[in-house]
Amino acid sequence: MKDIIQELHDRREAARLGGGQKRIDAQHAKGKLTARERIELLLDADSFEEFDMFVAHRCTDFGMEEQRPAGDGVVTGWGTINGRMVYVFSQDFTVFGGSLSETHAQKICKIMDMAIQNGAPVIGLNDSGGARIQEGVASLAGYADVFQRNIMASGVVPQISVIMGPCAGGAVYSPAMTDFIFMVKDSSYMFVTGPDVVKTVTNEVVTAEELGGASTHTKKSSVADGAFENDVEALAEVRRLVDFLPLNNREKPPVRPFFDAPNRIEDSLDTLIPENANTPYDMKELILKVADEGDFYEIQEDYAKNIITGFIRLEGQTVGVVANQPMVLAGCLDIDSSRKAARFVRFCDAFEIPILTFVDVPGFLPGTGQEYGGVIKHGAKLLFAYGEATVPKVTVITRKAYGGAYDVMASKHLRGDFNYAWPTAEIAVMGAKGAVEILYRSELGDKEKIAERTQNYEDRFANPFVAAEKGFIDEVIQPRSTRRRVARAFASLRGKKLTNPWKKHDNIPL
Amino acid sequence: MFDKILIANRGEIACRVIKTARKMGIQTVAIYSDADKNALHVAMADEAVHIGPPPANQSYIVIDKVMEAIKASGAQAVHPGYGFLSENSKFAEALDAAGVAFIGPPVKAIEAMGDKITSKKIAQEAGVSTVPGYMGLIEDADEAVKISNQIGYPVMIKASAGGGGKGMRIAWNDAEAREGFQSSKNEAANSFGDDRIFIEKFVTQPRHIEIQVLCDAHGNGIYLGERECSIQRRNQKVVEEAPSPFLDEATRKAMGDQAVALAKAVGYASAGTVEFIVDGEKNFYFLEMNTRLQVEHPVTELITGVDLVEQMIRVANGEPLTITQDDVKLTGWAIENRLYAEDPYRNFLPSIGRLTRYRPPAEVAAGPLLDNGKWQGDAPKGDTAVRNDTGVYEGGEISMYYDPMIAKLCTWAPTRAEAIEAMRVALDTFEVEGIGHNLPFVAAVMDHPIFIDGEMTTAFIAEQYPDGFEGVTLDEAALRRIAAATAAMNRVAEIRRTRVSGRMDNHERHVGEDWNVTLQGAEFEVTIDADPKGSTVTFADGTAHRVEGDWTPGDQLAQMTVDGAPLVLKVGKISGGFRIRSRGADLKVHVRSPRHAELAKLMPEKLPPDTSKLLLCPMPGLVVKIDVEEGQEVQEGQALCTIEAMKMENILRAERKGVVSKINAGAGDSLAVDEVIMEFE
Repeated sequence: MKDIIQELHDRREAARLGGGQKRIDAQHAKGKLTARERIELLLDADSFEEFDMFVAHRCTDFGMEEQRPAGDGVVTGWGTINGRMVYVFSQDFTVFGGSLSETHAQKICKIMDMAIQNGAPVIGLNDSGGARIQEGVASLAGYADVFQRNIMASGVVPQISVIMGPCAGGAVYSPAMTDFIFMVKDSSYMFVTGPDVVKTVTNEVVTAEELGGASTHTKKSSVADGAFENDVEALAEVRRLVDFLPLNNREKPPVRPFFDAPNRIEDSLDTLIPENANTPYDMKELILKVADEGDFYEIQEDYAKNIITGFIRLEGQTVGVVANQPMVLAGCLDIDSSRKAARFVRFCDAFEIPILTFVDVPGFLPGTGQEYGGVIKHGAKLLFAYGEATVPKVTVITRKAYGGAYDVMASKHLRGDFNYAWPTAEIAVMGAKGAVEILYRSELGDKEKIAERTQNYEDRFANPFVAAEKGFIDEVIQPRSTRRRVARAFASLRGKKLTNPWKKHDNIPL
Repeated sequence: MFDKILIANRGEIACRVIKTARKMGIQTVAIYSDADKNALHVAMADEAVHIGPPPANQSYIVIDKVMEAIKASGAQAVHPGYGFLSENSKFAEALDAAGVAFIGPPVKAIEAMGDKITSKKIAQEAGVSTVPGYMGLIEDADEAVKISNQIGYPVMIKASAGGGGKGMRIAWNDAEAREGFQSSKNEAANSFGDDRIFIEKFVTQPRHIEIQVLCDAHGNGIYLGERECSIQRRNQKVVEEAPSPFLDEATRKAMGDQAVALAKAVGYASAGTVEFIVDGEKNFYFLEMNTRLQVEHPVTELITGVDLVEQMIRVANGEPLTITQDDVKLTGWAIENRLYAEDPYRNFLPSIGRLTRYRPPAEVAAGPLLDNGKWQGDAPKGDTAVRNDTGVYEGGEISMYYDPMIAKLCTWAPTRAEAIEAMRVALDTFEVEGIGHNLPFVAAVMDHPIFIDGEMTTAFIAEQYPDGFEGVTLDEAALRRIAAATAAMNRVAEIRRTRVSGRMDNHERHVGEDWNVTLQGAEFEVTIDADPKGSTVTFADGTAHRVEGDWTPGDQLAQMTVDGAPLVLKVGKISGGFRIRSRGADLKVHVRSPRHAELAKLMPEKLPPDTSKLLLCPMPGLVVKIDVEEGQEVQEGQALCTIEAMKMENILRAERKGVVSKINAGAGDSLAVDEVIMEFE
């Protein structure tokens, strides 16, 4: 008996070493941690329960039968983050470069099936050279099996991908279908085809970092939702994100004790809006001053900065925030910002996270670039996402809410529950200058008259009261009381029940 | 007494005058420019009159506009504050003509002291010690030696057209005087085409010490001790204190008597300040007289109990002084730090914008109190006072148009050491966010040994911070206190994380006792033993610190005690840790479990990108023009581009020879701080 236990011990020891000490050292030399070390950082101490530690591949080609390391290049299992269950897979670059074999894929599929069944998030730590070439189509089949589970899990449990090394070719499509992708700066990259192929096919010379590094995907492509300095920071931030998310779509978002009075008054918000309507201000200040403890988890911080998306807590409960940012492109909506916000709104709606919207939008960005790029359909995504969302929706218009963009930004007409406006709000079809130029085209030569018309238009429409008279604005609130008003609004919506008509699924303009 | 006075100023000084006026039952009128519509002084005053566009030369210093505001408001007197029209004799004349009292000295006194040469002459006639020197032109080296001997070594031989150290020599003996005369003359001729030379006493280890005088219109005059203002940056005072740690009673009296004599000689009637330069031997020489209320007047008020603004108003109202020289006692010690919206890490560049957070320390009254100049008994012992004179508020704006001062923070305590300690705590408690400011710098000064010893001269900042301010490095004892405190704070934050809903019952996370704290390159292993009152944090070497405080996650200010001594930390969030600011230091603190710390050590250290071959935009601004082209060779000092910021055009020049490889910005581009304008090969 003792020998048998000893053998288990030895086998475990061997499995834990993955590709061996030499390769572990090489991984460390690259500034990367091993698959198991990453799990240690991600999960609560001693909470990891492993599956399939002894799984080995079945390939017999190319001499593969000679090396059959236990675990086959991926560590899978479950554990807790601050006591809440999550499933995790962590690819082991020290074993066949983390390449995906049929059995490697089966291990991932096993925990994904359990995650869907048991209602807990899936966190994938990706560090893989790609398909296990020796296995050929069996490896490709493995990818597709994982893809299918990503699709089934979407909207059922949160899925988070952390790219912590290479992720190329077909491998990118699994993270691509998860809810959030984070990358580690300087040590991770993602692309469908690598620099060598790019050079052969298009003669374009580009480095892996330029083609698919963290900077590219957080700033240019929007593939990644955030990037962190190193493995330790990335995993700490994933823990922080998980604290905001419900475990599955049947649960309410989590609540935790908070140390910030819900009725906290912020006098300084009364002066947030500058005297001059064309002067920008930082919408993030409003978000931080409304949020519990000034804690804001921003999603896609470096992409389409004219709109801000992310999570805060109000009275300890998660709330998704969408806000126009007047500091960038005057806060207008365009293709990129519409796509960014639409995806975020749909995530919140899928997981019962209430949505708070701060509006200061002068309209959609004009121009051929936008029209040729299909701003009509992309803008419609945000409109569609807000309209279909059944979660509690509270909206505060701080300044401009012009034209179609007013409708889009969680207006009353899209089933907004509470639509508040600051006294500085201007809800109109367009700005006074533009409106007067159309309404009084014949008087354009007469500067004085136009100035008077503009003034009249401003007096009549550059305020929230026309909309409030019609009931499109439920209440005009003092900026200083925003936190209290918004917190109370969400508190009153805790019992909200709203169902859309039955459908197989909708047909959002993708 | 007046029923209504107008304050011809803005900012903190306007607010300060309004406070005293209100105390005296006098109505106040503020004036404001477009930029100050929402300013604090406007909100505080009983009435406010708009006087024009933001630039001061179109509003606050336009005499006609101020006169109109006086007329419109019916004010009977005007307090000018400092700066703006405070030493403008034409303004005082205009008030005289309009029959409005000027809360300041008579026109003649302003005029007499307004001119450097005249004032020095008057001072000499009044028996005030002035810097000995020979103003006439010196013919040859022999005459130079003769005059140098008359003045007494060391002397400074100066080119009359000189500047920037050129044509300037210091001589300690005859030989040096002879040689210095020749070389100064040659240099002056070459540099300025003007070889006229004069000689004056060279003041060694100079300190700036000034005497506060107070005179009425009935011929009475007293002095209220001195203020030490040696800590200056480019002639701008930064730290002031009263009394001076350098003066003895005899010197104080001699300076005070001379200051009063000078004031009387010009028929002075108001509060005024006589500035002296004092050398290492306590020889003092008259510099100039400021015929107004000084910025740094609060330190005098704190140690004498006299409200100088009240006295100015009473004197302007024709009342005789009720305080005699014998009533003036200097009690305790007061320190003032001027908080400026100037970024010390960027060579004190003004930083304008919105104060997203502005929470000064609570003001506490203590120290000597006088009621209309009559002594009310000794100060309560052991108490410290905190006073903050300010003209801004959270959510307000630091405007590009005016002086970038945010506040004058003063502390008073029975001894200098206690006053400095109170100041350290007050600075740690002072929260200012949204703009760059010099708080870390003044905090560093408060811990500087030369300041602590009271040994500073006017060269203090230039000598101690020759390469600018690069932040504070804390010693190990300070780091340990902060490490202990943040370890305890982190434990609170971690425990709260484990209280999230949706936990797996019976499998909750246990927050451990052993932690690893890294900060400022140091690493400490600690064990936390927490109880309901606080935590005992034991370090690996066995030393333990007791941490108590009621910090909860999200608090931006942690007011704790470590081993019973107060520790105030400004707490910010960084990824996986805390940003802690204290005593002028700005630290990234990580508290990790031992295993996490072990793994964190495997992470590569990422060096900040090399910016030596880049031209970065030093401030947010607009590119006016680019002066060079790609591929162009530039010489050191050559203009590269012009950035307009705060309505000022700033020319950025090449630091050394180089070739422009790439230009990333063009005229009309709006740039953020540190945006790359161009790159060099």
